Formats: sequence, structure tokens, C-alpha cells
Amino acid sequence: MKKIIVGMGTCGLSAGAKAVFDRLTELVAEHPDQAELGITGCIGMCFREPLVEINDGKSRVIYGGVDAKAAEEIMERHVLNDERLVDDNLIYTIEEDASTSGSEATYLDLQERIVLRNCGHIDPESIDDYIATGGYEGARKALLDMTPEQVIDEVKASGLRGRGGAGFPTGLKWGFCAGYDGDAKYVVCNADEGDPGAFMDRSVLEGDPHAVLEGMIICAKAIKGTFGYIYCRAEYPLAIKRLEIALAAAREKGFLGKNIMGSGMDFDMKIKQGAGAFVCGEETALFASIEGQRGMPRIRPPFPAEAGLWQKPTNNNNVETYANIPWILSRGSGAYAAFGTEKSPGTKVFALAGRVAKGGLAEVPMGTTIEQLVFKIGGGIKEGGEFKAVQMGGPSGGCIPADQKTTPVDFESIPKTGAIMGSGGMVVMDQTTCMVEIARFFLEFTQSESCGKCTFCRIGTLRMLEILERLVHGEGEAADIDKLKELSIRIKEASLCGLGQTAPNPVQTTLRYYLHEYEAHIQDHACPAGSCLALVDFHIDGDKCNGCTVCARHCPVDAIAGEKKAVHIIDTDACVKCGKCLTSCSFDAIFTQ
Amino acid sequence: MVTRQENFSYRLWRYEGAPGDLIPLLQSAQDHFGYIPRRAISYISSVTGIPESEIYGVITFYSQFRLRPMGKYVIRACAGTACHVSGAKMIIETIEDEAGVPVGETSEDGLFTLQTVACIGCCSLAPVVMVNEDTHGSLNPASTRKLVKKVSREARKSTEKTPS
Repeated sequence: MKKIIVGMGTCGLSAGAKAVFDRLTELVAEHPDQAELGITGCIGMCFREPLVEINDGKSRVIYGGVDAKAAEEIMERHVLNDERLVDDNLIYTIEEDASTSGSEATYLDLQERIVLRNCGHIDPESIDDYIATGGYEGARKALLDMTPEQVIDEVKASGLRGRGGAGFPTGLKWGFCAGYDGDAKYVVCNADEGDPGAFMDRSVLEGDPHAVLEGMIICAKAIKGTFGYIYCRAEYPLAIKRLEIALAAAREKGFLGKNIMGSGMDFDMKIKQGAGAFVCGEETALFASIEGQRGMPRIRPPFPAEAGLWQKPTNNNNVETYANIPWILSRGSGAYAAFGTEKSPGTKVFALAGRVAKGGLAEVPMGTTIEQLVFKIGGGIKEGGEFKAVQMGGPSGGCIPADQKTTPVDFESIPKTGAIMGSGGMVVMDQTTCMVEIARFFLEFTQSESCGKCTFCRIGTLRMLEILERLVHGEGEAADIDKLKELSIRIKEASLCGLGQTAPNPVQTTLRYYLHEYEAHIQDHACPAGSCLALVDFHIDGDKCNGCTVCARHCPVDAIAGEKKAVHIIDTDACVKCGKCLTSCSFDAIFTQ
Repeated sequence: MVTRQENFSYRLWRYEGAPGDLIPLLQSAQDHFGYIPRRAISYISSVTGIPESEIYGVITFYSQFRLRPMGKYVIRACAGTACHVSGAKMIIETIEDEAGVPVGETSEDGLFTLQTVACIGCCSLAPVVMVNEDTHGSLNPASTRKLVKKVSREARKSTEKTPS
């Protein structure tokens, strides 16, 4: 009997996993004695989705890029006739003796998977699958054999630091919260993954929801928590669905509710759906949102450990932090601290995206270099491009240039570059990315997401955005660079929460490393990357143009001339660079220079 | 639709004054109506005792809530970082042009609503566009134009079949 497992995370589903699953359901129904069908979460190889794994109890074989037709072939040859398909689709195998092979073997073999230990292996909708891999052992140990102080000491000894971005030591945070008494104390999980370009929390929630639940239960023991909230983005419907299934299953097993696991402790939790506000990733704004108000940050102190949600002592960690906890409790803090660097122990999940060849999730020990992540695991740059920079930390982070690619990723080294660790989004950029444009892009995001409470964050970011808009349109002035620098400092000084305090980071880091690009936009009215449309010339590729006249009809200033079925020409003097021809051409014949 | 309506009324009927229920109430109202109509705001206010102005303040703070109905086909163009560096801006302009709807608006015939979203989470398929529940990845202007044309055809067909 073979087990066929289809990766049904959001990335798999968007690549067409549902059609593969449906076809396999029909095929397995014809041979119920030969195979059974299951699902799993994201294994991290988003670039090869949809993935199908065949597990015969001894070896595991993963096929990538599977469609309904390939599924038929896999069923016919591998499942029914024990013949592995040796082609591009075979991407990873693990034999009985743990040896690995396949075209994507390096992608997984270079990783250390603690947070993602179960993602892509177990059925996330089955609590028994989770328990079979040692799930809830950490909670059992904490609840039945340890005192709250011992749990906190164990987490402290592991050296785990908050994975939401700030890197505050988790054990210390728990210790603060445990020190305050209250008739109610809350355990909150921040699952409002708002950074565009980061999706590791989504994969954990979809692929291994019980790990988060277990981490929260252990936290409740440590801080004597009475109730938990998981604040999850409404944009993650699948994660919410799987969390709900997990919560119901945990209640049924007696892991949530009254007297859980016979320990005498009462603890339950519920999901709160976020309604779409980036600032709600900030913990005091998140509490306001759970309370049903506009998600605006509050002044600290008092800190959440003393007066958080509903003004009660509250501990808030993010998804990845909680997912580490069960592993630390069951394997011991020493085993955890053996990974990573001295000051940043353990592993970190990164979401590789952008112009990288193999985009997906990778969990590596802290201290791994950017170069190893982008080139060894990520396979280098897409379409043979040239590595220019990585952007880390989303809109709050910064760009790290290619010449600093040997920087290790940990909580000490990354801030030295001017970027931040952030939640782990790593967007790779190549020579086609304009750094002024990317600064404008992030400012546009933070400007529209600013809650408006602090004047400098509300108005200052708008002023910066206006300057950057002018720059990318070639209308910059010599004084603009100094204005940007000054505003950056003021906004950081005069903002209450992390959003404002970090909003200028993308501008500051690009000014630091790519000042020449700013100067080129201002002095030469040129975009060195050739991506700011207002600063480039439009041309028509004579080999691709078939004279369909569509571009000429779309041109608002009649700058395109040409007869039907003859190659067209753009009059660059008359052209206003609106880009309408570029988006209207169905033959990819318009190019910029 | 009937069960959905029951859900909304049911929630309101069961409302016990638990603090923090406003956002879930608004979410279920939007689930039911497709947007939050004026009368729902009044209704929620009368049951919860929260002033209408405060409810309006909460609605406009969060990007999830809409005060106007959506089109039959909701096009969500991803404008996250990964999509942005892969040319999302061009994709969005192409959709605006082909569907004739600016970002954030609904077409006059009520067929299309075009939105941008911060990140769909399919960064490796960038640039990505969602049409209702279906995700379309690795787009360029030409394939985007084809996609919008295909959806328009489907939309016209379905309106012909069910004259309103």
C-alpha cells in the first residue's frame, strides 16, 4: 500500500493542486487496495508546485510541477508498477537509509527544519498525524512535570528570540508577564503577517497548526494564562479553516478546555480575524483591534506584560516563535541552542521571492549568509540576471547590496547593514530594479497604512512620498536628498510605534548604498536600471511587430506611425511615456531603453 | 443565501454585549450583503449601543470593509514586493485599460471590481492576479489582456443566460 500525498497549501492550490487532487481521487478509487490519498501543507518548494509525494513506507519520492496528466502517469507507472519516473518532475527522494537525491535535493538538504518540521509531511487537518510525530509531548511535559518557573527557565536557556522581527528574548518576555497577577491573563498569537513578500507564518498555520496551539498552551502554563487569542489575517482563509479544525480536535482530545491533560489547568482560545490593517502587526494596535476598535497603537508604558489586552497582563508572540516552543520543550534547550550563533540561537524561516530562481520557504540556522540563501538554496537569479540586492524586513526593512552578500543573517549582523531581520521576507532584486522606485514603493505602502495618530508618520511620510514621486518622474531637485534625510530622522524620532519608527528605513538604506541612482534621477533625469518609465525611451522591435495597429490606436498623442501589417515606429520626441503602448501590445514588441 | 442571512441575524440576536464583537459583526454583515449597507450600520448600532459614528470609524479604518457593493468578478491584483519587482504595475495598468475600471472601483455594468492587495502569498508565481477565487500567475501584459478578455466573455455569457 502506497501513500500519495498532495501539497495543498495556498501556493500549491494556486498552481493547480486541486485539479491534481481531484484526478488522483478518481484514480485511487479504481485501485483502493493499492494506494491511499492524503494531503499536506507547504514543503517550501513553491517554485515547483504542485507537488505530489509517493510514500511506500520505506522511501519518499516527491514529484514537482505535476498536472492532471502527469498525475495519471505517476499513478500508472510509480504507484501501480513500482517504476519511478526519471525526468524533470522527479525532484526529491529520500531512501530507507536516509540518503537523498533528485534535482532539488540541495534545496531541502541545506536546511535545518525545526519550525517547518512537519510542514509538507503531515496532514495538517489530522491531530493524530501531529501526535504521531511527537506532537503535544512538549505540552504534556510542561503541564504535568514542570513548574511555570521551570518552563520559563527552559525557554530562556534555549536563547530563543522573538521571530516577529524585534528579536526580544522570548523567555525574558514570558518572565515579565508571569510577574504580574491578574484575574485574567492572555496569551496572544500575532498571525497578522502583513509584510508584503513574507509568507512563512501562513505556511506554518496551513501546514502545522497544532504546533502553534501547543506553543501557546505551553506559554499559558508559564505565565498562568487564562485565555488565548490567535489574531489571523482574513486574507488567509485556508489558514483560518485549518486552525478551526485544529482547535476543535484539540478540545476533543482534552488539550484545550477545563483541566487540560489532567493537569488542573483551564485554558482555551479562539481565532480573531483581522480586517486588513498593517499597523495591527504592532502589538498594542493588535490588542485594540481584538477589542473591536480602530487598530491604533497605545503609549507604552504600561507594557503589555502588565496591561495589554483588555488592560490585563498579556503575552504576545508571533506564529514562528510559538511553533519553536514545543520542539524546545520536548528536545531540550541545549539541542536548540546548538543551532545558530551564540547570540542568535536556533533557526529562522525565510521567504525567498522576487528575482530569485527558486522562490519558496527555507529554514536555515541563524548565521547562514545571504549568499548561501540566494545562490545555494535559491539557485541564483532568475533568467540569468545579475544579483543587485536583497530587501529584508519588508516596508520596515532595508536593502542590502550585493557586495555585502557574505553578511550572516542573525539579529546582530543584519541591523549593522541598516536593514532589519523582520519576519523573514527576503526579496531578491536584479539589475532591472530601480532602487529609487523601490524606496517609493515601500513609502507608498507605509504612507497608506499609517494609522494617522502621530503627525510625523502621517504627514512626514506623505512629504517623503511626494519627493520620491517627483524623482521617479525625473522632476527631482538638488535639495531633495537632504530633505529626505532630514525627514527620515524626524519621522523616526517622533513616531510612537514601530511602523513610523521604521518607515524611513527603505529610503535611508537606498540613500546609503545607492546614492548615485538618486543623483542620476535628479541631475541626469535618467534611471540607471531602466525601469522608471518617465525616464526611458520607448521603441518597437521590428522582428516582433506585425503591424496590428493596436499600439497606435492606444497612443494618446499619436506618436506611433505605421501602416497596417507593417512595422510601426515611435516618435520619441512626441512620446509622453505613458506606457499605454507597452501594456497594449500582445506581441511583446515594445521595449524600453 | 438564506442561511447566510440567518447567520447575520443570529449573531445580532445572540449579541450579549461582549466587548470586541463589533468587528466580527461587521464581518458577518459583509459576508451576507457583500458590503456593509447603511441600514446594517444603523441596525448594529441599535442592538449594540455603539454610536453609528464610531462604527463608521471602525469600518473605514480597515481595508477589508466596503461601503459599496462589489462587482460580479472581483479582480485582485497583487502589489506585494515580489510582484512589484516582477512588473505588477504594468499588469495593473493593463487591467485598468482592458476592463475599463480604475483601481478601487466597480465598472458601471456591475461586472468588475478591481482592487490591489498587499500580498496574496504566492510570491514565487509573481506577478499574480486573483479573479474571484482563481489565481493566475507569471503574467505579462499580453497574457493579462487575454485573461481579462476571457473573463469579460464569460461575464457577458452568464448575463445573457440569466437576464435580470
